[in-house]
Amino acid sequence: MEILETLINGLSSGGTYAMIALGYTMVYGIAKMLNFAHGDIIMVGGYTIFVTMGLTGNPILGLLAAVLFCVVLGVVVERVAYKPLRGATPLAVLITAIGVSYLLQSVAQMIFKSSPKMVMIADLGNVEFLGLYIPMYVIVTLICSVIIMVVLSLFVRFTRTGRAMVAVSEDRGAAQLMGISVNRIITVTFAIGSALAAFAGFFMLMKSPSLTNTMGAMPGIKAFTAAVIGGIGSIPGAMVGGIVLGLIEACSYKITVIAPYTDAIEFLILILLLLVRPTGILGKKRREKV
Amino acid sequence: MTEKLKRLKWKNFLNCVVVAAFTLVFGVLSLTGSLNGSSIILIERIAISILLAVSLSVVVGFLGELSLGHAGFMCIGAYLGGKAAALLDPVLGTGVLSLLISLLVGGVCAAVCGLIIGLPALRLRGDYLAIVTLAFGEIVRSLFMNSSDESFGGALGLETPRFDKQSLFIYAFLLVLLCLVVIQNLLRSKHGRAITAIRDNEIAARATGINVTYYKLLVFSVSAFFAGLAGVLYSFSNFTVQSGKFGYNYSIEILVMVVLGGMGSINGSMISAALITFLDVNLQTLLTGDMAVLKNFLYALILIGLVLYNNAPALKGFREKYRLRAVMERIRERKPDPSKERDDEAKWDRVPTKIDMDEVLSVSPLKSQGDETSEPGEEERP
Repeated sequence: MEILETLINGLSSGGTYAMIALGYTMVYGIAKMLNFAHGDIIMVGGYTIFVTMGLTGNPILGLLAAVLFCVVLGVVVERVAYKPLRGATPLAVLITAIGVSYLLQSVAQMIFKSSPKMVMIADLGNVEFLGLYIPMYVIVTLICSVIIMVVLSLFVRFTRTGRAMVAVSEDRGAAQLMGISVNRIITVTFAIGSALAAFAGFFMLMKSPSLTNTMGAMPGIKAFTAAVIGGIGSIPGAMVGGIVLGLIEACSYKITVIAPYTDAIEFLILILLLLVRPTGILGKKRREKV
Repeated sequence: MTEKLKRLKWKNFLNCVVVAAFTLVFGVLSLTGSLNGSSIILIERIAISILLAVSLSVVVGFLGELSLGHAGFMCIGAYLGGKAAALLDPVLGTGVLSLLISLLVGGVCAAVCGLIIGLPALRLRGDYLAIVTLAFGEIVRSLFMNSSDESFGGALGLETPRFDKQSLFIYAFLLVLLCLVVIQNLLRSKHGRAITAIRDNEIAARATGINVTYYKLLVFSVSAFFAGLAGVLYSFSNFTVQSGKFGYNYSIEILVMVVLGGMGSINGSMISAALITFLDVNLQTLLTGDMAVLKNFLYALILIGLVLYNNAPALKGFREKYRLRAVMERIRERKPDPSKERDDEAKWDRVPTKIDMDEVLSVSPLKSQGDETSEPGEEERP
């Protein structure tokens, strides 16, 4: 029974990871850059929820405000920091992204100080199901993440913008020749990724209410790991990778001997996977053309 | 010709001479007892930062790969070197011999780890490699943090014997000197040109017969070796080594030094490492509590601003017009010395970059003829 509970916990944190990983993987697939600041967008979303809930007390309003603010922030960051570097070396873009991540963290600390803030979103209690006690937030997270993923997949497959996104990720030059505005698609991608980050921030606060300026850093890096495990650039891959990572984490926390090394184990899996299969579980192989 | 050769050599080792001069001056000052404790600590920290920045600069600026785990190599050096020193302490005491053995232990262990991290670097590039190095740094930190109390002190940190305060910085500067000589000789040799060729175009470098595997592993292990040495120095200048110090943030701090100094410039890295460490130590006492974060804010702005300025394609024209070298050349062109001018003289001091080569190759024969007849600089000559 305990194993089942662990697995369900793992599924729920895997859902959160998958949501963050989706943001990484979409940006990577379309803008061909690793958005290091993605994890910190989660943190900004968390603080927006904190402020809005302080004003209104309504968690749903908080979530909406966070989504709105994160979308605006994501688009602004893309315009100011990443867009001028389109066509420059990947190393330059990567360093700028690290700079943005650092900037967001330090600004948040300057405004909200370093002491953790408590954000009690809602106490939903536990649910008894077949003799298992499962916290309600786990179920909410799981259901919401599944809904979001399904909506996103449908969006990408059936709308004009979604298909344009696929086209840009396949071949940017050809997409441009077909009349797709690449800049607009990249902006939309950043907006969607940031909205997903805001949702992820909401679910993370539901799980543990303490909010600091580095709250997004570690989950961000781990979610990137998830995206790589699933195969970067692939939306189902991000989901699979996130859930695999969540399950590994939940199981590793349960085994007392290796529990303190959980982070190390996850990163070790990443390194080994990259050595054996750099394209991830669902990724496609790409030949480098000269 | 021989005169010119001599001058060139002298210029190449100017930074070594400067470092040696500093070492001498500080040595004399410390012998006369006119250096106080805080400035000695500052000097030690500057030497450690220079070691770290120069070694990272080889990977980032010359090999063109981003390493976010440089603090991890330093961590290995600090823990293993510190442990070696603690074990040697009852036998040898904390003398020069124990320092040397610890340096060797820490440096070699870090270099071996660099070799291991270089292995994924063979298959991965750019973003993936950055994440792998970051993951490596976190793994190292987590392993030392969760170690048992007897082995590496666990969360409390490893207690290390402290070296004689009045002379450690001299050895630190000697190590900086060693690092400069080794790395500059490496980069100026045939091997250095192979490394920059890999940075500019790996596939083309491979096609011309450069052993990419060998050079990547070489660069990673050399860089890790010197970061390990910096770690050992750190453990000797402190009573305890704590794993919290060597996090992701510290790696970023080193990266800021390299970016601020200019990618692919050893002297620049040295100057910015000294400058940032100096500011860091002084700001530490000025900014306390939550204001300490202002420092990180500044780092972030420096990183973004510099990278945008140096790399944005839209600013290319502006950069080329107002670059220091371009401005200097314009000043020099006004008064050329005709006796020293030879048209068959190639500019050996400047290794052409990929962009330069593209420009050279794309010039049409008709246009190049026109260029030869009317050099823009020659017309203005009085």
